[in-house]
Amino acid sequence: MGVGILVEDLNAWYGSNHTLQDINLHIPANHATALIGPSGCGKSTFVRCLNRMHETNPIARATGIVKMGEVDIYKDASPVEIRRRVGMVFQRPNPFPTMSIYDNVVSGLKLNGFRNRRILDETVERSLKQAALWEEVKDDLKKKSGASLSGGQQQRMCIARALAVDPEVLLMDEPASALDPVSTSKIEDLIFQLKSQYTIVIVTHNMQQAARVAENTGFFLNGKMVEFDSTHKIFTNPKDKRTEDYITGRFG
Amino acid sequence: MSSTRMTDERNTRSSPTAPPILSNPPASFAQDSAPPEVDAAPSAIRDFLRKRGSGRLADNSFAAVMLLCACSIFAIVLFIFGILVIHSRPSLVQFGWKFFTRQAWDPVMGDFGALPFIYGTLATSLLALCMAVPLALGVAVFLTELCPRPLRAPISFLTELLAAIPSVVYGLWAVFVLVPIMRDVLGPFLVKTLGWTGLFSGPNFGVGLLTASIILAIMILPIISSLTRDIMTAVPNSQREAVLALGATRWEMIRIGVLRNSRIGIVGAIMLGLGRALGETMAVTMVIGNHPNIGKPLFAPANTLASVIAGEFSEATGDLYLSALIEIGLALFLVTIVVNAIARLMVWAVTRNAPARVH
Repeated sequence: MGVGILVEDLNAWYGSNHTLQDINLHIPANHATALIGPSGCGKSTFVRCLNRMHETNPIARATGIVKMGEVDIYKDASPVEIRRRVGMVFQRPNPFPTMSIYDNVVSGLKLNGFRNRRILDETVERSLKQAALWEEVKDDLKKKSGASLSGGQQQRMCIARALAVDPEVLLMDEPASALDPVSTSKIEDLIFQLKSQYTIVIVTHNMQQAARVAENTGFFLNGKMVEFDSTHKIFTNPKDKRTEDYITGRFG
Repeated sequence: MSSTRMTDERNTRSSPTAPPILSNPPASFAQDSAPPEVDAAPSAIRDFLRKRGSGRLADNSFAAVMLLCACSIFAIVLFIFGILVIHSRPSLVQFGWKFFTRQAWDPVMGDFGALPFIYGTLATSLLALCMAVPLALGVAVFLTELCPRPLRAPISFLTELLAAIPSVVYGLWAVFVLVPIMRDVLGPFLVKTLGWTGLFSGPNFGVGLLTASIILAIMILPIISSLTRDIMTAVPNSQREAVLALGATRWEMIRIGVLRNSRIGIVGAIMLGLGRALGETMAVTMVIGNHPNIGKPLFAPANTLASVIAGEFSEATGDLYLSALIEIGLALFLVTIVVNAIARLMVWAVTRNAPARVH
């Protein structure tokens, strides 16, 4: 089961560039939340603040409160502890090319010293099934390298890799933007199924995608969150003129 | 049109709750109207491009020239090998293939064998690798992953400077600095701590196999570390992020995201270092003691293939002596080929099941 995320006065910088300004937001547990907005509006920076990946860039900085359940991730825990609880899927599939499919999926577990063979086997099967990849790869789990799969399969394997550590939150940073329509639709189906068990935050610049998979949607513009509401409300009756302009395709 | 329909189907199938999107018509599609008439004015660019030839001749001659360049490599290798064989003929006739396994080296009696030198070359090179590789990897990891940005350039520059120092200078430094340290400080220390292994017994004059290995290690360190650094820098950041996002510590990120992905390149860098160590002549000749020994303690003098040629070529009298030295050159040639072949095999064995490159 996932946990909710409470964000209060989150600010983030890249060097002197103030990329996120005073973000306040409550992301409910076990739902999918979409973040939309034009390129460079800060939505990727925002999700990277949720698992403290933002600060891995030496010139990046963030202030504010992010509460994951009861834990203030910037105060009560180290980045490593937070990232063990939060799965992340990146824009471009990033499999480990020197590892087999099997090793790719369990890399998060092995990394943390988990060695029980039986549970590892079960985890591989569970997470590949969750990622709708099991049927396609079950016969060459240990024979094929993770990099030998197609782009869409690689991305689903990366989702399986994130799910293998049984995270409470799953962050997806434009997970389908580098994929063809068929792979995209598979990944959307997947998000649709996963959101009952995980808290999912998905960044997308595809508005139909946000409409299809997410209960709530936030619209970002120039580092600020303009509007956050139920997806239905955002797409049918947005409060802010800028949101309406964006979703009707008048800019962005 | 078909993509729109698919989207609609998906809307109803997988997500009945998804709201219809507020009127969101695509801005405009290109219509099937005829393009506006434009005067077919003569275009200088089109004329120019049309008049250009097929380029077939240029392509073919370019390919031929490149083939020639490639062949020159084979020609040079064969030529060197041929000359070595021809000039070592007296020794080849006298000792046959046994030359490579004989231990004797007696110019007075005309009795020659290459084994002590092959041993010396392999032993010094491998010892040097054992010392240099961990240090070089440490330097490279520090430079790419841990070093504060302002320090990165100066340290890299120093490493590369180290690689540019001529080997005779290393030799001089070794004679005046390393040899006394070896004799008075490091040697006694090794005897005290590791004497029980039997590797560090016997008299220690400061010159010998171990001293030569240390100077070799210092010489190949910058090559290995700067190549390894380049390889690690080339590992895409997405790999580092992938590992970090799984909850890796910095060391785990380096191990899985960086070292694992660059292991083939690292083996290549080590091989280049080994290549230099095998053939290194001047610095080794100055500190190895120049005596053909096999399997003695590490303090004992030894000799390598390269340093015996450098040391004795000018004083070699008689055809047999000279040809024996040239056959030593042949042995060095063969040792290098065998070592490189083994390295290739190792790379092949590691990468059989995995692609060689990171995307």
